[in-house]
Amino acid sequence: MKKRPTMLSTLAGGVMFFLLWQLGALCIDRPILPSPLQVVPMFLQGMAGELGLHFLASAARVLSAVAIAVVFAAPLGLALGQMPRLDRLVGPLIAILYPIPKIIFLPVIYVLLGISDLSKVTLIAIIIFFQILVVVRDEASSLKPELILSVKSLGAGRRALFRYVYLPASLPAVLTALRVSVGTAVAVLFIAEQSLTNYGLGYYIVVETYQVLLYPEMYTGIMGMGLLGVLLYFAINAIELRVSRHLFVG
Amino acid sequence: MIRLNRLSFAYGGRTPLFADFSLVVGKGEAWTVIGPSGCGKSTLLFLIAGLTAASGGEVSINGERVVRARPSTGLVLQDHGLLPWATVRDNTRLGLTIRRFYGPDGKHSPAGQGADPARGEKLVQYWLDWLGIAHLQEMYPAQLSRGQRQRAALARTLVLEPDLLLMDEPFSALDAPIREDLQKVMNAFHRESGLTSLTVTHDIEEAMVLGEKILVLASGCNRQPLVVTNHLFAGGVRREDDDYVRLCGRLRELLSSTDGSRG
Repeated sequence: MKKRPTMLSTLAGGVMFFLLWQLGALCIDRPILPSPLQVVPMFLQGMAGELGLHFLASAARVLSAVAIAVVFAAPLGLALGQMPRLDRLVGPLIAILYPIPKIIFLPVIYVLLGISDLSKVTLIAIIIFFQILVVVRDEASSLKPELILSVKSLGAGRRALFRYVYLPASLPAVLTALRVSVGTAVAVLFIAEQSLTNYGLGYYIVVETYQVLLYPEMYTGIMGMGLLGVLLYFAINAIELRVSRHLFVG
Repeated sequence: MIRLNRLSFAYGGRTPLFADFSLVVGKGEAWTVIGPSGCGKSTLLFLIAGLTAASGGEVSINGERVVRARPSTGLVLQDHGLLPWATVRDNTRLGLTIRRFYGPDGKHSPAGQGADPARGEKLVQYWLDWLGIAHLQEMYPAQLSRGQRQRAALARTLVLEPDLLLMDEPFSALDAPIREDLQKVMNAFHRESGLTSLTVTHDIEEAMVLGEKILVLASGCNRQPLVVTNHLFAGGVRREDDDYVRLCGRLRELLSSTDGSRG
């Protein structure tokens, strides 16, 4: 049974985070670690203007990558999980590809897809794709043949099986995979956005602020990216709580 | 009710389990099927359920040839087959939900039986009550004991008002006292409903308790059905009865002799 984060524990975590940050700023006492008292107001101001646009650009990239990955990986994972023969055929290939850090293909994707948002989104989508593929496949293969048979005996044909068995079985798996991979997705986004674009938090942090030594501004970007990761994680968690209620009982 | 006409079946390349096998099960009869593991008793059940296709001959129910899962055949397996993400009530309702999904098309749900949601809900409640699991209806299968899960699986099947109930080792995974409880429940159910039923089991006692006719299958190829009439069934089976012990002994003998014919 999973543990659910409560409002109170989230709040406590946030307070501790800012306290530690403030403590660190006091101890180090150099421009590279400004106090949150300075950064947070700047961040709030920035989010209403330029920084907000960078934030939206990054968020749009991650979300479209998630959408693309789900659309391709979930059906394929289901198919592999329910067709052991097919899985035996392509399983070894997936086992090799899965642990390879996909970001090393960044230059290849840039050359193939051009210097556009499409190439950045594709890179992130590929990373999430494999996570979802593997988790959904394992979930689908754990659906016992007896379960499928007995639902069939209630009159279910292919369409009803999909609607009442495969879809609800794979949704929690997709969410689990996303919860695990969304951090990696944001990390890769950070790297992908450092070049060949004029929008996005990665670009803002590295090119617009870090390289011109605007440290407090740089921290507003860091906060933005951190917030993006946290928001995605909590959003997935919230959906999980609704969809996979049976995992949180007892 | 069920007519097997010169049925043949073999799993790809292996010795056939059935060849020219014919059998008639009358309406309202309670049958059990017993035999050593691998003798084809589950296969026979799946053939009747229309989930496995025969390689020769045919299965017909009420004069109609079975070519796919029949909407009014109820099937309960050893593994309860409940959806882990749905509550007991939603699981019990699943068959009705699927029927509503397709509409009365005669293929997935009985033709001409329009969905009446209120009536469906009443049936769900009735069977949850009857099987003594109404208080668990908001729980998920993982929160239930094995016996309770099997009761939920039964409720789910009975809600669809089947005219034939097929059960494959329904109580084998249960502890003895819970198994005996459920056997009593099924006995009471049969007396109340008179539903035709066929239960596969490997347990001689269960075969005696649940079947007025006991089909004994052999390992290897089955050609002639070997049927034992259980005259104790009508009066309720008492395990300490002399007759009961004698009949058990006879079944045991039959089973060991058929097991010897393995070729």
